[in-house]
Amino acid sequence: MTRGTPLGRVRGLGSARSGTEHFWRQRLTALANIPLTIAFVLLAMTMLGRNHAAVVQILGSPLVAIVMLLFLVSVTYHMKIGMQVIIEDYVHGDGAKYALLIGNIFFCVAVGLTGVYAILKLSFGV
Amino acid sequence: MAEAETSDRKRNRPLSPHLGIYRPTLTMMMSIVHRATGAGLYFGTPLVAWWLLAAAGGPNGYAKFQGFIGSIFGRVILFGYTWSIIHHLLGGVRHLVWDTGRGFGPAEREWLAAANLFGSVVLTALLWILGYMTMGGQR
Ligand code: HEM
Repeated sequence: MTRGTPLGRVRGLGSARSGTEHFWRQRLTALANIPLTIAFVLLAMTMLGRNHAAVVQILGSPLVAIVMLLFLVSVTYHMKIGMQVIIEDYVHGDGAKYALLIGNIFFCVAVGLTGVYAILKLSFGV
Repeated sequence: MAEAETSDRKRNRPLSPHLGIYRPTLTMMMSIVHRATGAGLYFGTPLVAWWLLAAAGGPNGYAKFQGFIGSIFGRVILFGYTWSIIHHLLGGVRHLVWDTGRGFGPAEREWLAAANLFGSVVLTALLWILGYMTMGGQR
C-alpha cells in the first residue's frame, strides 16, 4: 500500500477520500453560478411584481426554463459541497457529523428537485 | 543540552496564530461574511423552490407566496437574500481571482475586500431602487 509517490497516493483521495474533487467542483459550480445567478436575479425581478398568469407564461418559455434549470442544478450542487465543507469544519463527533452530512444531501436534492419539477411542470403544461 | 535548544527554539519560532489575540481586519471579516452569506443563501434557496412550485401549482397557491414575499417580513428576507447573493457572488469572483494566483499582495487584498463590500451594498441598493421603480412598491 506504500507504492507510488506521496502525491500519487493522495491524488483523488485524501482524508475525505475525495481529494481535490470537491475543491474543483466547487470552483466549477462557482464559475457557472456567475452568469446563472445574474440571470436569475434579473428574471426574478421582472417576475415578482407580476400576476400568476404572467409568471406562468414567462417561466414556461423555453429559454427562461432552461436558464432556471441550469441555475437550480448548479446552485444546489454548489450549496451541497459548500455546506459539507462547513459541517466538516465545525462538527467533529462522528454521529452528529454523519447525520448532518446526510441531512445536507437530502436537503439540497429536495430543494433542487422541487424547483426542477416545478419548471418542468410549467414547461410541459400538465 | 536538549533543554537549551528547546528554549532557544521556543523564542525564535513563529508563534502559531491564536484567534483570541487577532485584531479583526477587513479581509478577515470578508472571509467570514462569505461563509455567512453562503449559509444564508443555503437556507434562503427553499424560498426559490416555493416560488416556482407555487407558480406551477396555480393562482391560489401563488397568491399565498405573493402575500408572504410582499409582507414586511418577506421583504426583509428578500432584501437579505438579495444582498447575500450579490455579496457572495462578488466574493466568489474574488476567490476565483485568487485561484489564478493573483490578488494576494498586501494592497490588492485590502482593495479587493473593500470593493467586495462597497460593490455589494451599492448593487443591492440599485437593484431595490430599480425594483421599487418598476413595481411601484406593491404587488
Ligand atoms: C444561491 C446561490 C449560492 C449559494 C446557496 C451558495 C452557497 C455557498 C456555500 C454554503 C459555500 C460554503 C462557504 C464556505 O465554505 O465558507 C459557498 C462557497 C463558495 N461560493 Fe457560493 N453560493 C451561491 C452562489 C455563488 C456564486 C454566484 C458564486 C460566484 C462565483 C459562488 C462562489 C463560491 C466560492 C468560490 C466558494 C468557495 C469559498 C471558499 O473556498 O472558501 N457562490 N457557497
